[in-house]
Amino acid sequence: MEDQKKDTVKMTGSAAVMESFVREGVDLIFGYPGGAIMPVYDALYSYREKINHILVRHEQGAVHAAQGYARASGRVGVCLVTSGPAATNAVTGIADAMIDSTPVVVICGQVGSTLLGSDAFQEVDVVGVTQPVTKWNYQITRAEEIPWAIARAFYIARTGRPGPVLLDITKDAQFGSLDYIYKPETFVRSYTPYPSVDPGLVEEAAMLINLSSRPMALVGQGVVLAGAEKELIEFLDKTGIPAAQTLLGLSAIPSKHPLNVGGLGMHGNYGPNVMVNQSDLVIAIGMRFDDRVTADPKRYATSARVIHMEIDPAEINKIIHADVPLLGDVKESLPMLTGKVSKNDHSKWLEEFRACDRVEYKRLVEREIYPDKPEITMAEVVRRVSEAYDDDAIMVTDVGQHQMISWRYFKFKQSRSVITSGGLGTMGFGLPAAIGAKLAMPGRPVCLFVGDGGFQMTIQELGTIYQSAVPVKIVLLNNNFLGMVRQWQELFFDHRYAHTSLINPDFQTIAKGYHVPAVKVTRREELDKAVKKMVSTDGPFLLEVAVEKEGNVFPMVPAGASVDEIILE
Amino acid sequence: MKQEFTVTVYSENRVGILNQVTSVFTRRHINIESLTTSESAIEGIHKFTVVVYATKEEIEVLVRQIEKRIDILKAYYFSQDEIVYQEIALYRVPTASLFEGNEVEKLVRQFGARILEMTPEYTVIEKTGHKNETQELFNKLDPYGVTQFTRSGRVAVNKLKKEPLNSYLRKLAKNGVNPEK
Ligand SMILES: Cc1ncc(C[n+]2csc(CCOP(=O)(O)OP(=O)(O)O)c2C)c(N)n1
Repeated sequence: MEDQKKDTVKMTGSAAVMESFVREGVDLIFGYPGGAIMPVYDALYSYREKINHILVRHEQGAVHAAQGYARASGRVGVCLVTSGPAATNAVTGIADAMIDSTPVVVICGQVGSTLLGSDAFQEVDVVGVTQPVTKWNYQITRAEEIPWAIARAFYIARTGRPGPVLLDITKDAQFGSLDYIYKPETFVRSYTPYPSVDPGLVEEAAMLINLSSRPMALVGQGVVLAGAEKELIEFLDKTGIPAAQTLLGLSAIPSKHPLNVGGLGMHGNYGPNVMVNQSDLVIAIGMRFDDRVTADPKRYATSARVIHMEIDPAEINKIIHADVPLLGDVKESLPMLTGKVSKNDHSKWLEEFRACDRVEYKRLVEREIYPDKPEITMAEVVRRVSEAYDDDAIMVTDVGQHQMISWRYFKFKQSRSVITSGGLGTMGFGLPAAIGAKLAMPGRPVCLFVGDGGFQMTIQELGTIYQSAVPVKIVLLNNNFLGMVRQWQELFFDHRYAHTSLINPDFQTIAKGYHVPAVKVTRREELDKAVKKMVSTDGPFLLEVAVEKEGNVFPMVPAGASVDEIILE
Repeated sequence: MKQEFTVTVYSENRVGILNQVTSVFTRRHINIESLTTSESAIEGIHKFTVVVYATKEEIEVLVRQIEKRIDILKAYYFSQDEIVYQEIALYRVPTASLFEGNEVEKLVRQFGARILEMTPEYTVIEKTGHKNETQELFNKLDPYGVTQFTRSGRVAVNKLKKEPLNSYLRKLAKNGVNPEK
């Protein structure tokens, strides 16, 4: 008892929040103050030398910024918001982090515990609301619970398959006092973050790989989350297996790697989509067979055995049956597998992918990046920007046509260079996520591609960029349409453009209002100069390009079709 | 093909777990046929017994999705022949109906039910059994004026040699792991 007293320090719940942040290595948080979180903000004032706080303009932006921070750096993103409307504003970001496995800790204030359930001012049952979209959530009603809950929150958010954790702290717990002692969490008995790898299954997988003549790897974000990029390359290089990537798996392998065969899914590359039904062995590595990847799952990987390397048991056999369900952290299982497989070469099989690439290039890519029409295409802008950054920037996108186009045409040299809302497809994600990414990786250029629709969903974060001097580059691909929806209306709803045309504000004036330097390009001749200006400008920059109004994203796997029914134009 | 499954879930004793368990089913529009919850044999650990109709493929995924929730220790599913199970039903009838001939009494005996409480006004009959049995007794008693009828959710034990959760917890204890605080 005496001993324990010596190790503890008396402090308030709010100070305990800050102290625990420091112990978890947090030096940056995104937030927005309000009544029910004011004691914590007051404690933050005392910790301002240790913890930087970015004042966003909307709580959704706080979570997306924390996501951008986490996705770029691999560290846990942290948000601080008040109760009620602030917490509900954060829900979209939390749901996005959940479906895209992003480690985020959200702390929100709550009314005093005696008022809980009484419909008090700004009271929302946040734990109830966020239950389906958090990896874990918890309501803290006593100050003594704070260190324990925060330690647990960070442990759960970052380990295993990462995800968002929300802590709802009542105001009296913030004001209350405790004998503070911090023990980082290392174990939760009801939680198995890293299922152990079964060597027998590794053996089985290796046998299938050694026997396969048309193997193909499907690389997902799991590889990035595990930090297993090097282990993946070693596996690929030894086996010579062509590797395609999911939306979030892109950049796990450098674009120029000889075995990189491009992107999977609805707007992915021609080769991997067609070849997955030619393959005799699919090795899914840290991916979950999202329906945007598989299209009709009954007609996916039709002639292949499936090895599914996955950390989350709930993903096994959820969509595609796994012949070898290789549970475990890919950072552990990939080297085990590499040790067991024989050195191989699949250049003839790889050549079939390359033949597809040539078809895609001739029929599509060439006219997208070197168009012979006067209108500027999204693809040529993306390519110019990528080249201007020597294919080594962090690309952030919003959601829509520009997202798919930037994903298709931007090139990468390093991992963690793609930050986009995959599972949720959240318009408005881009701008705040870019802010978070830039603050996480100040040494790397961060370039956002955004549409005129999604830009206006979180455009107020330009204020954050100005106030906190965040040097993000924004490329606004303006087609005056909700382009992706318009494309579907054109293709599947008989050109009936129901409410997809936008009458936009003057984005140049808006940028000016926020003191963000901006340039607008309407003719191709001006593009290179403008891109150069953007790249050479210190600080934030908005490059607005008036692009083709009714351009479409191809290739495309129509909804309900099989991946090999992908259409090129 | 959909069939009946009994899902048993062991969780930490925390606020909001029931919601986490049921939402996995409701998300997929799977109706919960019966649900029972109380503290398990292991102190501090709650047990849920849920009966649902689902396909084998569905239930496998559902159980893993339940188990994925942080505060859930383990979840298992059993088909009907892998468990021994019971429900309990209570029937309230006017006491007068027992004295208009011996039919009610005969039914009680015939169904292996028992009389739980008797007042001048009403009598409460209790029967344990499977749903079809408790239902059948209801159908037979109803003509004598059942004023209230209620049936519990299912409780079940499985036929496995070892209780899987016990061995899991014992393994943790052997590795020197402290129980949840
Ligand atoms: C919050 C939200 N609302 C609606 C949608 C549906 N949606 C998907 S893409 C899209 C159009 C996006 O338009 P814009 O931002 O201009 O980008 P573009 O497709 O033109 O590149 C819409 C409305 C969405 N994904 N997210």
